[in-house]
Amino acid sequence: MFVLDAIAHRLRSGCQTMAYPKGPAPALPDRHGGALRLDAARCPEGCGECLPVCPTEAITRPAGQPTALDLGRCIFCSACVEACSHGAVSHTGDHRMAVRARGELVLGAAGQEQVRLAAELDEKLRKMFGRSLRLRQVSAGGCNACEADTNVLGTIGWDLGRFGIQFVASPRHADGLLITGPVTRNMELALRRTYDAVPEPKIVIAVGACAISGGPFEKNPQAGTGASSVVPVDLFIPGCPPHPLTILDGLLRLLGRLEGASGPPARP
Amino acid sequence: MSANSPFALLANATALPWAEVPEFAPEELVQATGKELDRGARLCSWFGLSEGPAVRLVALIAYDADNSLAVGRSRPFSGKYPSLAATHPQAHLFEREVWEQHGVMPQGHPWLKAVRRAGEAGPGVIDFFRVEGPEIHEVAVGPVHAGIIEPGHFRFQCAGEEVLHLEIALGYQHRGIEEALVGGPHRASLSQIETAAGDTTIAHTTAHAGVMEALAGAEPPLKAQWLRAIALELERLANHTGDLGAMAGDVAFLPTSAACGKIRGDYLNLTALICGNRFGRSLVRPGGCRVDLEPARIKTLAERLAVANAEADEACAWLWDAASVRSRFEHTGSVSTRQATEVGLVGPAARACGLVRDVRFDHPCGWHRFAQAPVAVWPGGDVFARARVRWLELQRSGRFVADELSNAPDGPVREPVEAPAPDTLAACLVEGWRGEVCHVALTGGEGRLRRYKITDPSFHNWTGVAIAMRSQAVSDFPLCNKSFNLSYCGHDL
Repeated sequence: MFVLDAIAHRLRSGCQTMAYPKGPAPALPDRHGGALRLDAARCPEGCGECLPVCPTEAITRPAGQPTALDLGRCIFCSACVEACSHGAVSHTGDHRMAVRARGELVLGAAGQEQVRLAAELDEKLRKMFGRSLRLRQVSAGGCNACEADTNVLGTIGWDLGRFGIQFVASPRHADGLLITGPVTRNMELALRRTYDAVPEPKIVIAVGACAISGGPFEKNPQAGTGASSVVPVDLFIPGCPPHPLTILDGLLRLLGRLEGASGPPARP
Repeated sequence: MSANSPFALLANATALPWAEVPEFAPEELVQATGKELDRGARLCSWFGLSEGPAVRLVALIAYDADNSLAVGRSRPFSGKYPSLAATHPQAHLFEREVWEQHGVMPQGHPWLKAVRRAGEAGPGVIDFFRVEGPEIHEVAVGPVHAGIIEPGHFRFQCAGEEVLHLEIALGYQHRGIEEALVGGPHRASLSQIETAAGDTTIAHTTAHAGVMEALAGAEPPLKAQWLRAIALELERLANHTGDLGAMAGDVAFLPTSAACGKIRGDYLNLTALICGNRFGRSLVRPGGCRVDLEPARIKTLAERLAVANAEADEACAWLWDAASVRSRFEHTGSVSTRQATEVGLVGPAARACGLVRDVRFDHPCGWHRFAQAPVAVWPGGDVFARARVRWLELQRSGRFVADELSNAPDGPVREPVEAPAPDTLAACLVEGWRGEVCHVALTGGEGRLRRYKITDPSFHNWTGVAIAMRSQAVSDFPLCNKSFNLSYCGHDL
């Protein structure tokens, strides 16, 4: 009998929702590496070992300027970390990567070796959305990985509903958009219309390298260069795709819901 | 069957010089392909190749029973050619695509229209097949859907609740992947292939590695082949579990829905244990794999796999035990075996119509030459059968991975690959979790890619969704759609 089996299963397994953010954050997979760090000061004169290995040209070294790593274009393949023999590019193991302004994802210069994490919404918006945020998701050329790892936040382990965050079926019911994909030419109009249909005030969240910069598709004319080329973006969550923990951190950070939350677990 | 094929034969994941591909007049190529399809061959891919202002057609077919692929091409031509789709529906989307990309007209095509190209207003703003009558109404859904789903447009012709016809307009996700590969591979090419269908990364990268290795005449190290096979099955396990949970959710059966949502994540985390990324990014590379599995990691993987397999077993048992689920699954969204054969379904959707059709078995390459899971087949062609095939595959893939983890070969996991040979064609099929992923590459005189054709299983199977909806209640669309769970971006590329 499935009824009895299901009840027995529930009793046996107990609550399966993670303790985070009150308890510790779950560890990222050990080979994930988390956010990157770039100490451009360690780059020797004329060195460009990491430049040709980056598939999305996220690392640049314009003549006379320090090396720069744009986490908004990064797909976290680790090729630069493996190529760098000077310890300039490294993994931090930190799942926290969401920022409020596009430029805060550019790493390298002194004092800007790591991402400058997102500040919360201003008081007025936080009072409106802090305990109840309804989002409409628009995939605009997404490959179904960012979508899947956003969707996973609704499963029992993550239980996004406990924070008052919910994905709704209509933009009319929404407080904002969560956008994935580079915004293909064929989706641009649909995205604009969906944005227009969301009542003010509204927020926009760009999830994944594609939605932030076009990612690997930046140079394809049929694709696009990300959500901010079409609508104003309030939160950028990098990754390819971002780990669900990174997305959740971004959402909670924006809503000012992370007071007292513990930082990332120590690297093993 | 293949012995007297007019086409050039090649095994899966091998190459042959472009000059050895037999050339036909366009109408002869259509005729010859049709004849082979009548004899039981299957159309894997059909595409155009620009030759100055003219175009050549290239046909890749599979003789499943002979474990053999075959390729033929037309002479360069322009204007028109007799449609293959007029007699063989499995060619219909391919011919529309060639018409869209190269402007050659398949004469007699039953429903010629764009596949991905859009006007100002987007791909869905086109003429749809319409049923006329005072009681008939039309339902339009998409491109933006109610859930967290990729975009596509669905147009239903209904009489009351009953769907008389469904037409599916895609193209919203088109990112120009094939075009960008011309002259490559480029820096971003591999990342673009990894995200061609981002939930099928392992299958697409394995197919890509297969053609690049074949073009270079290289065999990847055995351990890489082993690791690819394991990652491919983990991808299948995660997605099948997610699908069964989603189908349970669509019939409001929450115990399995809730459990499978979590177990799916556990399988994704096993892929992340291998390479750091839940979707298998940066794992498969031409020449092998980027990372190796050390014994301790294999042990952890095996332990966590056993737990996930046991939990999936339990969650699915509830599903089959519930009469409410069975009554909603049975006789819903049926596709007959004949329809499946005619439209050329692949993967679990085909196997749920009783067709024994599985690349791992029919065209084994890589590790599947040494180890195989039995092909999972179920008759009926309805939602129940599609769920059942997934459940069988969960069990068999779970066992396969568990067995193979204790079978790790020795040696390196990656070796350098030479540059691709010039003027050579290579093809590789991989059985992804949705079905046959097909990559065909043709190099030019300098060994750079001249044409790269990707056929995602969804390209074959979207027509199956439309057929399954006939005579169904429109309210059953989510369930029928979920029972196929096809890729939008894999179709749109």
